[in-house]
Amino acid sequence: MTVEFSLWALLQSLADGAKWTVALSALAFLFGGATGLLILFARMSRSRLLRQATRVYIEVFQGTPLLMQLFLIFFGLSLAGLEVSPWLAAAVGLTLFSSAYLAEIWRGCVEAVPRGQWEASSSLAMSYLEQMRHVILPQALRLAIAPTVGFSVQVIKGTAVASIIGFIELTKTGSMLANATFQPFLIYGLVAASYFLLCYPLSLYAQYLERKLHVSR
Amino acid sequence: MSLVDIRGVHKHFGSNHVLKGIDLAVEPGEVVAIIGRSGSGKSTLLRTLNGLESIDAGEIEVDGTALKAHQDSAEQLRSLRLKVGMVFQQFNLFPHLSAGENIMLATTVVQGMDQESARDTAKAMLLKVGLQDKFDAYPDQLSGGQQQRVAIARALAMSPRVLLCDEITSALDPELVNEVLAVVKQLAAEGMTLIMVTHEMRFAREVGDKLVFMYQGLVHEYGDPRELFAQPRTPELASFISSVM
Ligand SMILES: Nc1ncnc2c1ncn2[C@@H]1O[C@H](COP(=O)(O)OP(=O)(O)OP(=O)(O)O)[C@@H](O)[C@H]1O
Ligand SMILES: [Mg+2]
Repeated sequence: MTVEFSLWALLQSLADGAKWTVALSALAFLFGGATGLLILFARMSRSRLLRQATRVYIEVFQGTPLLMQLFLIFFGLSLAGLEVSPWLAAAVGLTLFSSAYLAEIWRGCVEAVPRGQWEASSSLAMSYLEQMRHVILPQALRLAIAPTVGFSVQVIKGTAVASIIGFIELTKTGSMLANATFQPFLIYGLVAASYFLLCYPLSLYAQYLERKLHVSR
Repeated sequence: MSLVDIRGVHKHFGSNHVLKGIDLAVEPGEVVAIIGRSGSGKSTLLRTLNGLESIDAGEIEVDGTALKAHQDSAEQLRSLRLKVGMVFQQFNLFPHLSAGENIMLATTVVQGMDQESARDTAKAMLLKVGLQDKFDAYPDQLSGGQQQRVAIARALAMSPRVLLCDEITSALDPELVNEVLAVVKQLAAEGMTLIMVTHEMRFAREVGDKLVFMYQGLVHEYGDPRELFAQPRTPELASFISSVM
């Protein structure tokens, strides 16, 4: 039985799904950023053990498909007797994924701050945390803004895999509508256009920041 | 007792034995010029004096704060660095802070000065180096010579007992060298204890109280700069002087 949908109704359903895409992205990005910052400090700490552990963490999340990470969290946790909703599994999975990438992006930015900045601040008797807080991170932050905004685009697109574990976001909404309307080309075209509308402004913004922060201090 | 005491200091970089037992004492108010060929260990020696390089053997003592091989806790380093200022060849100003903020950062964060006194100190230091009107200028708005003078002001604001200078005019255009040397000369005249690695032989002879000629990781000659320049005691120093002058 085919259900008739008006274009307006279709768009409204997709907008509903897109809300969840945005929510999941924002959550993954914020928690991923906070976790990433901790990972960053551990990755650069003086303890060899912490450095190695975080290196493995980063390698694992960068070296396996996001989809497998979600499967393992979703099915793994239920195997362990923990009932997790697709929403929670997706949020946790994307947070961990984002944290690994952001930590690595930011580490590159911290290491791009010239050695002389460390030496000058050391010779002023500043402690490691004081150096980080007042000298290194402000400069690394400036370098990090553009690639970080750029990565947020990857997160938004990455949320699509959450549809496979049954989380109803933009892509899942699209596939349900496609099944109901038998108009997959139209529906997936609209889904793709929605992703583009979410991502393109961010890409533009990242490019703008890249240019702007390159010329000024 | 000397202000700076360096006793039997050794330093290796891997298999490269860079400092091979340095002994040197610096009295308060002395200006010590260190010269020598590239790779003779001048920078390394200077950097051990504020713990930027650790040492493998020996002892360094500055105004009662001692640093031994394998004994350099964060607390010891901090206490040493509060007494030893350093100015670098590449200035190393903090690019995201104005000249004034560059100077105020460590006085507020490390010494705990309040904003107002830190601002006053920074202004006084900028006045000392002739840049009183550059408080709000950012490093990239300043010439190399001006940046280096801000770097000197930044180090002085911490009231160090001794100031280390590592070829602080080598990265400057020739016409900017003198404005920086003039500041150093004035500091020397005011009684600041200075240890400077320099390629400015004339300056070393005029302003230096002591000359250190480093050769292959050792203090090869030590003495009055005017005497040593006129009559080097070893062929190594003689050949070095003739190659640079
Ligand atoms: N961080 C380092 N790691 C490894 N080797 C180093 C390091 N720093 C210096 N060296 C080596 O130690 C030796 C002495 O270097 P140093 O910089 O002290 O010489 P210098 O007398 O200051 O020379 P220059 O006049 O070129 O500045 C050189 O062989 C150099 O390659
Ligand atoms: Mg050197």
